[in-house]
Amino acid sequence: MTQLVNTNINGDAVGFNCETDETLLDVLRNRVGLTGAKEGCGTGDCGACSVILDGTLVCACLVLGMEAEGRKVETVEGLSDGAELHPLQSKFIEHAALQCGICTPGFLMAAKALLKNNPDPTEEEIRYALAGNLCRCTGYDKIVRAVQATAAELRGG
Amino acid sequence: MRYEAPQTTPEAVALLAGTKGKVHILAGGTDLIVRMKGGFVEPDMVLDIKRIKAMHLIRKTKSGLSIGAAVTCGEMGVHKALKKAWPGVVESANLIGSDQIQGRCTITGNLCNASPAADSIPALIAADARALIAGPKGERLLDVGSLPTGPGKNALKKGELVVSIELPPRDARSADAYLRFTPRTEMDIAVVSAAVNLTIDRQGVITAARVALGAVAPTAIRVPAAEKALLGNKLDAATLAAVGEACSAACKPIDDKRGTVEYRTRVAGVLAKRAAQAAWMRAGGKP
Ligand SMILES: Cc1cc2nc3c(=O)[nH]c(=O)nc-3n(C[C@H](O)[C@H](O)[C@H](O)COP(=O)(O)OP(=O)(O)OC[C@H]3O[C@@H](n4cnc5c(N)ncnc54)[C@H](O)[C@@H]3O)c2cc1C
Ligand code: FES
Ligand code: FES
Repeated sequence: MTQLVNTNINGDAVGFNCETDETLLDVLRNRVGLTGAKEGCGTGDCGACSVILDGTLVCACLVLGMEAEGRKVETVEGLSDGAELHPLQSKFIEHAALQCGICTPGFLMAAKALLKNNPDPTEEEIRYALAGNLCRCTGYDKIVRAVQATAAELRGG
Repeated sequence: MRYEAPQTTPEAVALLAGTKGKVHILAGGTDLIVRMKGGFVEPDMVLDIKRIKAMHLIRKTKSGLSIGAAVTCGEMGVHKALKKAWPGVVESANLIGSDQIQGRCTITGNLCNASPAADSIPALIAADARALIAGPKGERLLDVGSLPTGPGKNALKKGELVVSIELPPRDARSADAYLRFTPRTEMDIAVVSAAVNLTIDRQGVITAARVALGAVAPTAIRVPAAEKALLGNKLDAATLAAVGEACSAACKPIDDKRGTVEYRTRVAGVLAKRAAQAAWMRAGGKP
């Protein structure tokens, strides 16, 4: 059964038709054309599909598209300000915090959610907050450094 | 598949009771959607409870605290009054999954899903919590320990859903604690877990105690022998040893690659002792 869902994605009103059992991740990727969020596992384990739903970090693979009615969805595509990269994106590049890049959109969204709640996280807090995001390439250290550097820059104003 | 998101509990009950076929309640979906995608369940209808405003509240009641069925574990973790009164219940809820999962998962879902290793269930049993259930015949309260009836099975009848989890009033010098053992520090499932809830008097003598274990039987279990060992005593070495022995003796665990029977049995005793110590310290006991 397909149904119409009206939602807001990265600040824009978006309507889409979706199957009632389709996930928000599939909707974003296959119907809305936003392919930033990735499917690594589809079971909530890898975090590659992380998006922010009404201010809360979630796995889009474990949300139904139908649930997005009237909600606000933030994806990695909304992170930069036009051509201007978000500080997290710049620091990820500077610190070489990505290799293949599959995990990166999820890490960026998780890091964004973390810094909103905790502008000055310790290394341990960063590692805990990002424990739901898996990376097969970087070994995590560079990601943690990039998040620390972003936090410092954002605090500095 | 039909998707319904009613705005009130009576509407939800009417849909649950009046719909033929397989109706599944959706809270955070961190169990349900995984099982749907795996093809383990094929609902005719999914009933999302998250549009029911009352289910998002944590409130003081005449008899204690009430946690709505749609309150996420992440929300529990930032609720000061709840954390202060029930630190063990909150720590058990906050151990579930990652930040992404915390933003969605609920203790009601954890309870109704009835996994033997579910983290919040031992803590809720130790807390003497009750599930407030709404159904076609009105409301009823059920001990949380009676809700799971076996792995993946619960005692809810057709048309029923859990509205909230009700925590009892808190006496002075009371506290709880929950500990689990997992090979990883995050994102893992308990091999064994233990919850202890106790009240002490001014002299440090334990006047009320409840002890529960997870992942050592088909459902989480209460351990009356360990409670008896605590009651009327201070938390000295002899009392702790008796708690550990009683907990190990109560285990009927499975044997699998994550832990052998011997290992789980032994660790259950160790964790119960540590949880008792943590609860004791939080209640104001002096080491
Ligand atoms: C990556 C990952 C990690 C996890 N880690 C842990 C962990 O560490 N510890 C742990 O214990 N669990 C873990 N889980 C399992 C799951 O997150 C928890 O069991 C969670 O508490 C389920 O809550 P939910 O709201 O998402 O439930 P849902 O999936 O929405 O529902 C679970 C079940 O309960 C039923 N249900 C839900 N609400 C009600 C209601 N109000 N009335 C009646 N029935 C209801 C549903 O129909 C369904 O059968 C993990 C899951 C994932 C995906
Ligand atoms: S794809 Fe959603 S957590 Fe892996
Ligand atoms: S950069 Fe390849 S998985 Fe993280």
